[in-house]
Amino acid sequence: MRRRDFFAALGGGILVLLVDDSDAQEAGGGARRGTNEPAPTALSAWLHIGETGLVTVYTGKVEVGQNARTALTQAAAEELRAPVESIRMVMGDTDLTPFDMGTFGSMTTPRMNPQIRKAAATAREMLLDLAAEKWSVDRKSLTISDGRVSAGSHSAGFGELTSGQKLTRTIPGSASLTPAKDWKVSGKSVPKVNGREIVTGAHKYAYDVHRPEMQYGKVLYPPSYGATLVSLDGSAAEKMPGVKVVRDGDFAGVTAPDPMAAEKALAALKAEWKQLTAETDSKAVYDYFRRTAQNAPAASALTPVSYTIAYIAHVPLEPRAAVAEWNAGKLTVWTGTQRPFGVRSELSTHFGIAEDQVHVIMPDTGSGYGGKHTGDAALEAARLAKAVGKPVKRNWTREEEMTWAYFRPGGVIDVAAKLNPDGTIAEWEFHNYNSGPSGLSSPYSVATKREQHHPSKTPLRQSSYRGLAATANHFARECYMDELAHSVKMDPLEFRLKNAQDERLRAVIQAAANKFGWQNRTKAAGRGFGIAAGFEKGGYVATCAEVSITNGVVKVVRAAISFECGAIVNPQHLSNQVEGALAMGIGGALFEQIQFGNNQILNARLSQYRVPRFNDMPKIDCVLVDRPDLPSAGAGETPIVGIAPAIGNAIFDATGKRIRSMPMAPKGLQNS
Amino acid sequence: MATVLERVTELDVNGARRRLDADPERTLLSVLRDDLDLTGAKFGCGEGQCAACTVLIDGVPTRSCLTKVGSLSGKKIVTIEGLSPAGELHPVQQAFLDADALQCGWCTPGMILGAVGLLRKTPHPTEAEIVGGMNGHICRCGTYPRIVAAIQAAAAKGGRI
Repeated sequence: MRRRDFFAALGGGILVLLVDDSDAQEAGGGARRGTNEPAPTALSAWLHIGETGLVTVYTGKVEVGQNARTALTQAAAEELRAPVESIRMVMGDTDLTPFDMGTFGSMTTPRMNPQIRKAAATAREMLLDLAAEKWSVDRKSLTISDGRVSAGSHSAGFGELTSGQKLTRTIPGSASLTPAKDWKVSGKSVPKVNGREIVTGAHKYAYDVHRPEMQYGKVLYPPSYGATLVSLDGSAAEKMPGVKVVRDGDFAGVTAPDPMAAEKALAALKAEWKQLTAETDSKAVYDYFRRTAQNAPAASALTPVSYTIAYIAHVPLEPRAAVAEWNAGKLTVWTGTQRPFGVRSELSTHFGIAEDQVHVIMPDTGSGYGGKHTGDAALEAARLAKAVGKPVKRNWTREEEMTWAYFRPGGVIDVAAKLNPDGTIAEWEFHNYNSGPSGLSSPYSVATKREQHHPSKTPLRQSSYRGLAATANHFARECYMDELAHSVKMDPLEFRLKNAQDERLRAVIQAAANKFGWQNRTKAAGRGFGIAAGFEKGGYVATCAEVSITNGVVKVVRAAISFECGAIVNPQHLSNQVEGALAMGIGGALFEQIQFGNNQILNARLSQYRVPRFNDMPKIDCVLVDRPDLPSAGAGETPIVGIAPAIGNAIFDATGKRIRSMPMAPKGLQNS
Repeated sequence: MATVLERVTELDVNGARRRLDADPERTLLSVLRDDLDLTGAKFGCGEGQCAACTVLIDGVPTRSCLTKVGSLSGKKIVTIEGLSPAGELHPVQQAFLDADALQCGWCTPGMILGAVGLLRKTPHPTEAEIVGGMNGHICRCGTYPRIVAAIQAAAAKGGRI
């Protein structure tokens, strides 16, 4: 929205525009930006208080289940001294909110939370100015709480004060904020602000959007990656009632009045494809990574061991979805994405129209985990809608989601070290092929270290996933730390503390170990205990796990996880994220893996690709370490990194067998 | 001789007779979502693996993605939208909110209806019975322990589920 449109659209009141004080919003790793995206604009958030007293906060961040909506509402409520219920958060709407690079990299809490607090703090000061003027009283005599300003016998709600006003203030990002130790709303377990809409089924996700005259679209995908369309006969499909066939180069699809008719029409298309020969498959891919690596490491005197990490899928339970509608040359798209402005850019580029002719609306979405950065479904819906002249819904199936989205990269990691006689690490060498640089650097103190990421060719489309490569790098590093501990016959906890100088790292290790009862653990047949720790994206984590192994079946029976990310913004939602990350991590640790061959995904269904379920859950003890003296960091990603190595180390403890591949027990231990 | 299946013109949904005109081979999930705008039942996999599409049919939790709409003559369907009277929360809905037993919420309507079915059959389930009864439901955000706690809390309150 343009500034001058604000009061026209919203009525009078006061408006605070916040200038972004960061040099640039971080992309957070991976190939996440389109080449033609605009640089971040100067404004990062705005806040309006209407003449009815309703507070509306506008941010380009989005809600995908991580509870950003609630945490940011708390931030505004905190600084405004207003009830949570009086605040409405408008998120991820490209016509209404300021530009935002996207919701990823755990950046909402460290970046957007303070921005919104600054905007709210400024609005609070404006309200106090208005009250002082209205009542002709000394500003120092005013108090503000629970959405009201008072002085002696005077008292007024925000709406009463803003009535008749059209005040705008643009503030720098440096406005002062309430310190965490004085928080009254932030730092508390405010319930999910739109929880009621979700438990009643009222919330409309992108998958649920319906428009008048809307058609259902299907896209004809190639039988294998890279195949090109040689010929297409759509005559049978075109004879079906209400069906339209769309062809534009290699892009082909159908629309129909109901989803089953669309499926039947798609099946009636007769296509001939030219397919490519595959360069590798899911078994040979680890050699392929080494073979195609861009910068081979220099020779080393140390002998490394190798860890491997399989490609895995995000499996957001709401698959990608979009509804597109063209109106007088302007395109409106409802879609679930972590980057609504990135999707706007993709669409404007594809159709050769200005960005202000594309409106992307992002309803709170059925999860992403880093898997919804691109606008694939939005582009398909928009192409079909343009061709047939009606709104088109393009909801992906599970198979489409698990084939045509992108994956967490597979990788190979070579690690080697040399210890001093006292168990400290003298040399450390760590080479990651393909999976990525996040979490590459060891948080332990090492005299000499060489840590490198070697990009490789990838046979599959790969990009972000919760925690990025930090999961792979922590798996290799923390399992290898266990190998080193055993090589000098030290307790794995003692070995870590011996090499950890960072006080925050030591604190989470000790917190998890204490909660778990590491020192008092008792060995039993078929049982094992493991510990792992790490640091990434401003958060410190330590995880302990106990496994039981029966006939080769690995079950995580108990886990303790401690997490520290500075000042806690919402304890309930933080522990939910930490536990959820651990639960998700069990899948990649033990059984999730994408199988592929002949340029095809071989297990693109939930009946073929196992994700964690109720009976995979251990008893989880979660310890949140609060540091009100430190800025808040994000929490949606880093808690995932510790569980896989903790399980691997526990399996070794139970069996004496070191498993250096994720997943570690896809079909039980014997066959892994 | 092949039987010509008749169009489905009426369903009993949430206590009301709903008029429609649908091919009997279509799934109940699609008809609820696309014809009746009852989008609380969610698509997650289309093969009965995730249970996000769960609705109650004659009181029994059922995967609507595998249920042909032609098979529902005379049956009573309850979706999340009809679980409690407008403006009120069912005890299981309230228990999910109290336990913060959701993140993105895509699985939540199916989870709640699955839990209602479980509690009607087994009013005081053990933890193992909850895990066993709910294991067909996937929560990709991993809120499983909180869902177990929510079901336990709803059971402990007693009352009519």
